[in-house]
Amino acid sequence: MTSRSNLVFCLVLLAFGTLAPFAGGIGPYYYDILISIGINVILAVSLNLINGYTGQFSLGHAGFMAVGAYVSSWLTLQAGTPGGTVGAMVFAAALLAGGLGAALAGLAVGIPSLRLRGDYLAIVTLGFNEIIKGLIQNAEPLGAQRGLGGMGKYTGFFSTFACAALAVLVVYNLVQSTCGRGFLAVRDDEVAAESVGLNPTRYKVAAFVISACFAGLAGGLYAHFKQFIHPEAFGFLRSMDIVVMVILGGMGRMAGACFAAVLLTVLPELLRYVAHIEALPEWLRHVAENRMILYSLLLIVLMLARPQGLFNFRLPFMKKNPSP
Amino acid sequence: MIEFLQQLVNGLAQGGIYALIALGYTMVYGVLRFINFAHGDIFMLGSFAGLYLGPRLLAASGLGPSYAGVALVLLVAMALSALAGIVIERVCYRPLRQQPRITVLITAIGVSLLLENGGQLVFGANPQSFPDLIVDRALDIPAAWGALSALTITLSQVLVLGATLALLVLLRHIVNRTRIGLAMRALAFNPTATQLSGVNLDRVIGFTFGLGSALAGAAGILASIQQPSIDPLMGINAGLKAFVAAVLGGIGNLPGAVLGGILIGLLEALVVGYFSPTYRDPIVFTVLILILLLRPAGLLGSLEREKV
Repeated sequence: MTSRSNLVFCLVLLAFGTLAPFAGGIGPYYYDILISIGINVILAVSLNLINGYTGQFSLGHAGFMAVGAYVSSWLTLQAGTPGGTVGAMVFAAALLAGGLGAALAGLAVGIPSLRLRGDYLAIVTLGFNEIIKGLIQNAEPLGAQRGLGGMGKYTGFFSTFACAALAVLVVYNLVQSTCGRGFLAVRDDEVAAESVGLNPTRYKVAAFVISACFAGLAGGLYAHFKQFIHPEAFGFLRSMDIVVMVILGGMGRMAGACFAAVLLTVLPELLRYVAHIEALPEWLRHVAENRMILYSLLLIVLMLARPQGLFNFRLPFMKKNPSP
Repeated sequence: MIEFLQQLVNGLAQGGIYALIALGYTMVYGVLRFINFAHGDIFMLGSFAGLYLGPRLLAASGLGPSYAGVALVLLVAMALSALAGIVIERVCYRPLRQQPRITVLITAIGVSLLLENGGQLVFGANPQSFPDLIVDRALDIPAAWGALSALTITLSQVLVLGATLALLVLLRHIVNRTRIGLAMRALAFNPTATQLSGVNLDRVIGFTFGLGSALAGAAGILASIQQPSIDPLMGINAGLKAFVAAVLGGIGNLPGAVLGGILIGLLEALVVGYFSPTYRDPIVFTVLILILLLRPAGLLGSLEREKV
């Protein structure tokens, strides 16, 4: 993407947001899917900063999402879920606080990551995800294993897509900046990056903090959209969903990650439809019901045949050396 | 005091299971420098092999629930698990051997998810009860042992520990005293030099996967004898714990994996006994992070210098 098409892309996302007043006309089912798309775009784009641009491998993105979801929900519940303008302001503040809380968690994960790479890092982030989940399960004020409910339905078209546009804009411009080239350098060759005076640790921790912050935002949006959150919703499987989006889009490709996020949000709905077609054989309907079977097969086949990702290609009219 | 000893007994039995699984992680890491994410699911496959074949084998051989019966089911489950491990290596990992490690890691995650969700499709998602391969009972501890006679030690716990010990002795023999074991150690030491001296890498790597998977399959049977409720997702947690055990002991180090497994088993038992079961997983993962921060090579491992 050139910087102009980048701007256009963000405007499209924002335009989506400003369509909010008309959103009522599209029916609750499609409305829900569109909001989920927005949230998943934020998650995929932010994870792409760690897994794609910085070349690390995090399997714990849902943990950051959980932090954001619980922090923001706790705050709006404490504020008594006011309505109107005050409500909108409280929600904005809660989202911000959720993002900051998740960023702190990102710092906590990022610091051990400076000694680890590859498979080790993957397992440690997975472990952090489990730790965060375990702490929430033991926290009585957060509903422990019963889950937390009763949040106001603050999340709407505008807030979701404004946050999505913000995530795209920040990550994109960050990677374009001088500082952002450091992420790519660390990914391409850590030792070489170090030898020209970059501090890989700082870049890795920065990637974790920024990425976690956006995951926290997405968590806050999710919590005030579903109005009920449960620790199990932020486990390993949710993290895998996000990782699949990033891998499918081609790690380190912005448009690919967005496209994969849209596709993988719509796909389960299509599969659910397929699973109800009576004419199909029984086993096929069972496979359609369990989307993870298809995802896992996709991952294996993709890695064997096309490790650079499904949507990592260049259309003829694109520039020869497009930025990420 | 007696409660403490009781927790130690429970922890030891669970730790033996973790040790068997951890050995597979550590052996594969030794030869390929790669964490086989799907290893925990081989453990699950071993358990389900016992569920489906166990009663049939016992009936067909006329052994009934007995030690010999357990040994027979154990061997069959080990063979099937080894086969699964070899097939996975051949189909999914071997073509990627020259690719970046992240590609192999993603493939391994894919295989793991496929086994878990495919397992739910084939075996059903609900927990199933494992058949009785042996009639379990609490052992009578002679009154002469004094206060110790208040301990509850079940037959299955003794069986698990005994079988674990036997398998460890066997593994030690294979690794230290056979030609293929020599090749495995050579490969872990220096792959290029090993290949230059005429060792067939593919065969050794395949054998390593088979051996590790056989141990995981055995662990699946032994764990199910102790806790006879099994489901297709049982491998996730057991696999992660065993991985923590392998890292704790020093990944790539066989005695380390056993030590780590026992320690993790004991830690879990103590947390459950004296604290709360809900804190078990967070504490184990905290141990993982602490060990990686303070002593990344593990308890028995030695740090490798990275060459540029």
